[in-house]
Amino acid sequence: MASRTKPREKSSSTDAKPAKNGKSVVSGRGNTGVNAATDYIELFRQMYLIREFELACGENYSKGLIRGFLHLYIGQEATGVGAISTLRADDYIVSHYRDHGHALARGLDVNRSMAELFGRATGLSKGKGGSMHLFDAAKGFMGGHAIVAGQLPLAAGLALAQQYQKTDALTMCFFGDGSTNQGVYHETLNLAAVWKLPVLFFLENNMYGMGSSIERVRAGGIDFYPGMATYGIPAAEVDGMDVLAVKEATEYAVDRIRKGDGPQFIEAKTFRFTGHSLADGQKYRGQEEVKKWEQRDPIATFPEKLIKMGLASSAKIEAVKAEVSKQIALAVKFAEDSPEPDISELFTDVFA
Amino acid sequence: MPEIAVRQALKQGLEEALENDPRVFMMGEDIGEYGGAYAVTDGFLKKFGPERIKDTPISEQAFVGAGIGAAAAGLRPIVEFMSISFSLVAFDQIVNMAANLRYMSGGRISVPMVIRAPTGAGVQLAATHSHSFETWLAEVPGLKVVCPSNPYDALGLMRSAIKDDNLVFVAEPALLYGARGEVPDEYYEVEIGKANVVRSGTDITLVSYGYGMRSVNTAADVLQQRGVSAEVIDLRSLSPLDLDTVLGSIRKTNRAVVVDSARRKGGVMAELAADLQQLASEWLDGPIMRVGSEDVPWPYNRGLEQAALTDADDVLNAVAEGYGL
Ligand SMILES: Cc1ncc(C[n+]2csc(CCOP(=O)(O)OP(=O)(O)O)c2C)c(N)n1
Ligand SMILES: [Mg+2]
Repeated sequence: MASRTKPREKSSSTDAKPAKNGKSVVSGRGNTGVNAATDYIELFRQMYLIREFELACGENYSKGLIRGFLHLYIGQEATGVGAISTLRADDYIVSHYRDHGHALARGLDVNRSMAELFGRATGLSKGKGGSMHLFDAAKGFMGGHAIVAGQLPLAAGLALAQQYQKTDALTMCFFGDGSTNQGVYHETLNLAAVWKLPVLFFLENNMYGMGSSIERVRAGGIDFYPGMATYGIPAAEVDGMDVLAVKEATEYAVDRIRKGDGPQFIEAKTFRFTGHSLADGQKYRGQEEVKKWEQRDPIATFPEKLIKMGLASSAKIEAVKAEVSKQIALAVKFAEDSPEPDISELFTDVFA
Repeated sequence: MPEIAVRQALKQGLEEALENDPRVFMMGEDIGEYGGAYAVTDGFLKKFGPERIKDTPISEQAFVGAGIGAAAAGLRPIVEFMSISFSLVAFDQIVNMAANLRYMSGGRISVPMVIRAPTGAGVQLAATHSHSFETWLAEVPGLKVVCPSNPYDALGLMRSAIKDDNLVFVAEPALLYGARGEVPDEYYEVEIGKANVVRSGTDITLVSYGYGMRSVNTAADVLQQRGVSAEVIDLRSLSPLDLDTVLGSIRKTNRAVVVDSARRKGGVMAELAADLQQLASEWLDGPIMRVGSEDVPWPYNRGLEQAALTDADDVLNAVAEGYGL
């Protein structure tokens, strides 16, 4: 059995209490982070922002304005938002090709993110990277990486630098269930554990790697966290559809890393509601399964919970939604109106 | 003759082998239930069952290596990479294991295996997903590398590759899966290591392969309108390389341009150009001209990507620059 971090059972947020002043502060320590979520409404706003962003991406992909491969984060919003809300500005984030959610939760500029997907000069990387390769070094967002599991050692290296520089900053590394079948997954976990690197391995277990359900491609079932015992890495499982549970579990792990305990591992059970990419007809799974998970859609369940707990009115929720929708519409307009990069850009940025 | 797409031609070659040889089986990511990222293996799982159509974990190094082992033990595996860009994580198995086994075992162990992979840039997949590693692999002794540009060659080369007792890497230009062409009903093979003169001419030799054939064929059309007769050669095999066919052509035309849709730098066309320069110098009226994609990582933006990618204008410019035609 793996050693596990505090929320031993699937973390549940039912006991989350509103703060005395009624402002429901959920993030405690040191949350000076980039776009840090300071209250429940902000968590919801971020999740909704991601959802609307992704819907707009899908739409503009159909129009041919976004091209290449497009992997949406729809369904997994609670995971990225909950996890990233615990970080500080000096922490790093490393992601994979399903990176829009992580980028927005980190507070990357919505307009420039959309423009990058449109391949425009105003994009985060001047249109050179596209959907699968979002970067914003100034915000510690060290990339979407599109070779499965390729981002893991990069995260270890960033953490190595943080350790070397004697900071208490950390690196949060996102990866999917499918990526754990790459050899470099094992190599990185071992390296990080041996060197006690300040890295949080954050597995978003959405049950599928492209068209392959975990059961078909992994020995040992659908739970990954028990395997961390092999490395002596403390590991926890959390309900990835519950943003507060994710936040709580992540806060605990982050705290331990900052104290110098070395790497931690969190496995969030989550689900992507759409296909692997926009090219995926989803022949490999039934709609019933998707429907079942959709009932736990954080975009619907979280505001319901907030209203029930008396932390938000439905008017407030609607106002947030309206504001976000406007922001996304503006982002699409910004991207559409932005110029294409100059052809001379082809030859820049190759060398330092 | 029926007209089919490259995708169907490849599928036909694979299907025949699966039907006729029980030693043949396939492995790859999402080739079964998903039907293959480029739908080449669509329907195979149903037809041949999970014993022979094996969906793999995302473990390229392991399943390529396992293919090599199975081949060494007498099976004839066909392994698919979802993209040639993902082959990089398995290069050790391909280069160190597969390519060396026969030599290191003093000729006692062979690796009768096919590796297939979509290759090339052009669909805005950006730097990590647009590689053309066939040009790297062609340098490795002990490997054969082919790259079809049309359905006829796709089927003929696939048949030869599966029959071959060595590891044959079939690089399938991702942009050409839908390209159509005639394929005879009668059985035929395309010999590995044999280039094809796809258009004969007298004034200049244009050599390419795979997606690069698009550019040279278009350039040849334009030259024709200008009254310049181009001989067009499709290498089809990058290793072994058919120097003789190209030399024979240059002896006639005295001019040559070699064209790659992969990056210009290094690679198999650099090798070809160097050899031609040495072996054909007495017949040449000018330098062997080289055309290839820009020496930069592949950008996502369409305009930038198209600017980087070899096209017919690049070929025509080289023809003009090198030979004033
Ligand atoms: C080395 C490598 N092999 C294959 C792929 C193609 N590919 C991209 S994403 C993916 C599935 C990954 O699944 P998972 O890690 O579970 O992440 P998810 O997409 O579910 O978020 C595959 C097979 C790749 N990009 N890199
Ligand atoms: Mg997954």
